[in-house]
Amino acid sequence: MKLNRRAFIGTGAAAAAALQAPNVWGAAHGRPKVVVIGGGAGGATVARYLAKDSKGEIDVTLVEPTRQYYTCFFSNLYIGGFRDLSSIAHSYGTLASEYGINVVHDWATGIDRDAKTVTLAGGAVLPYDKLVLSPGIDFVDGAVPGWDLNAQNKMPHAYKAGSQTELLKAQLESMPEGGRFAMVAPPNPYRCPPGPYERVSMVAHLLSQINPTAKILVVDPKEKFSKQALFEEGWNRHYAGMVERIGPDFGGDKVEVDPGAMTVTVDGVVEKVDVCNVIPAQKAGRICEIAGINDGNWAPVDGHSMVSRMDANIHVLGDATNQGDMPKSGFSANSQAKVAAMAIRGELTGSKVFPAKFSNTCWSLIDTDDGVKVGASYQATDEKIAKVDGFISQTGEDAALRKATYEESLGWYAGITADMFG
Amino acid sequence: MKIGVLSVAAGFLLAAAHWVGYAAADEIGDAESGEKIFRKCASCHQVGKGAEHRIGPHLNGIFGRKAGTVDGYERYSEGLVRAGNDGLVWSLEKLHAYLENPKYLVSGTRMNFAGLKDQQDRADVLAYLRRFSDNPANIPEAQPTAVAPEVELSPEILALVGDPEYGEYLASECTTCHQRDGSDQGIPSITGWPEEDFVIALHAYKRKIRPHPVMQAYAGRLTEEEIAALAAYFAGL
Repeated sequence: MKLNRRAFIGTGAAAAAALQAPNVWGAAHGRPKVVVIGGGAGGATVARYLAKDSKGEIDVTLVEPTRQYYTCFFSNLYIGGFRDLSSIAHSYGTLASEYGINVVHDWATGIDRDAKTVTLAGGAVLPYDKLVLSPGIDFVDGAVPGWDLNAQNKMPHAYKAGSQTELLKAQLESMPEGGRFAMVAPPNPYRCPPGPYERVSMVAHLLSQINPTAKILVVDPKEKFSKQALFEEGWNRHYAGMVERIGPDFGGDKVEVDPGAMTVTVDGVVEKVDVCNVIPAQKAGRICEIAGINDGNWAPVDGHSMVSRMDANIHVLGDATNQGDMPKSGFSANSQAKVAAMAIRGELTGSKVFPAKFSNTCWSLIDTDDGVKVGASYQATDEKIAKVDGFISQTGEDAALRKATYEESLGWYAGITADMFG
Repeated sequence: MKIGVLSVAAGFLLAAAHWVGYAAADEIGDAESGEKIFRKCASCHQVGKGAEHRIGPHLNGIFGRKAGTVDGYERYSEGLVRAGNDGLVWSLEKLHAYLENPKYLVSGTRMNFAGLKDQQDRADVLAYLRRFSDNPANIPEAQPTAVAPEVELSPEILALVGDPEYGEYLASECTTCHQRDGSDQGIPSITGWPEEDFVIALHAYKRKIRPHPVMQAYAGRLTEEEIAALAAYFAGL
């Protein structure tokens, strides 16, 4: 209808130009609509960049169930006592008021890819021209025998930040003197490769202050893990004798738990524990499965634009994707969001599209003022997002550098959250 | 001429042994000539027996020292201290770069000095300063003596005019850490810089003359045009 009216009131040349540019949305539907599902590092960023850079030309709706969003990054620092929970909480007010984004606090429960609509738990149906899924992770059912989501209050995962993180910290604080904390670490690939080991460091920091004879048992199905040499050096230096890790050589891959009895069984040997953090194997957030865009547990994407390899009108960001070499991190999701925003704007409004560039840095805190980092730059190839050049902190670095690295991470936190939430 | 020959020799030694001590002063340049050239530096810096901090720190023992760390001097710029923490150690190569253009190594340095553009002048001054640093035998982790590449960028690179739209896209990678509003918390502000300072800083990271590994990785894959585009964009914020 609008096309007809436009053809009447516009000049013939303008109308013809709009029709001749097949990749540009033009005026046929009024403002093109983008619906973004998930308001984390990927979703909030893509919504903000679409709204900001299209200067109102694109109608952006952000669907996120929680009003108060807790970042997973820095949630370990809350456990260690370096941050308040409120300091990692963010709301969506600025995205709505300053950027004109329609923020809808609801669960997305259905996607009709033919009709191009999203159904929400509350019953609303949102039409889209482009859909962005940035749902983060869910857990693989049965990944740790004996554990399911019903057990998450006895044995928290704390791998989605907020009440779970608070619960884990409260359990650690009320652990009996000389008690034992166990972590069941996840197999690859999972959200935030250094995350479980930064958590071990932060738990050790907390316990060394309030319960110095307590012990930490890490049951790990992986041979190796991110920044391993740095973490092990730090645990020896700061928390000598406190941390024990059982890798797959000693049955770390054969673990089951009993949340009722508070036991962890490693290769048949039953260990009684006081607090247990189970971080199960992971998969793309459930909405990707509902949309039918997964291949296995993850949603494959083309790194040039982050478009799903299953549907040209759906882009996927962050932890949920299978994209190549980038780790599943908030930094990665934020980086990918900017590439996706550029590509989507290009398709919908004809703005210039530049070659995709990605980057990631993961900082981890081992103890007070002892920060380390790992990161890399990436570019898109036809097969995947490929690493270009990387770097990692070194063992034996001096205290001033480690402190500077920690302070850098504080700067990054302020930067990325401003980049996400405005 | 002398420098060219010696750097070849030093490169050979390095390849052969993977280890060379600090060059003796007379291998770096002509210290007698350097003493005269040092008069340009002496309004701010002292060196030698009894040297004290003046406007700038004394320069005794500068070879092999971490940047921004001499005892008793408290007027270092934030940028120089940060560079030291990032891993900047005053090797012959870094000192060459710093003397050629201080901003090449440290944006916002308080060393307000246009630079010694002549390589032989720099070599001579450094040969003079070298006399007041430790002997090679006293330095267990000695460093190669390869002479620095010229750090100064060509007028063509400096004259590139960036595409601001491209700059805005590329800048989105920077603003994950460096805030658009110019706040400076643990990570320096990069908004509102003179474009030339921005360009030389990124090229110094790209060529790994500046030490920060994150910046080296990110800048390493930026083209000259992309650096110009970023400089134009951030200068306008």
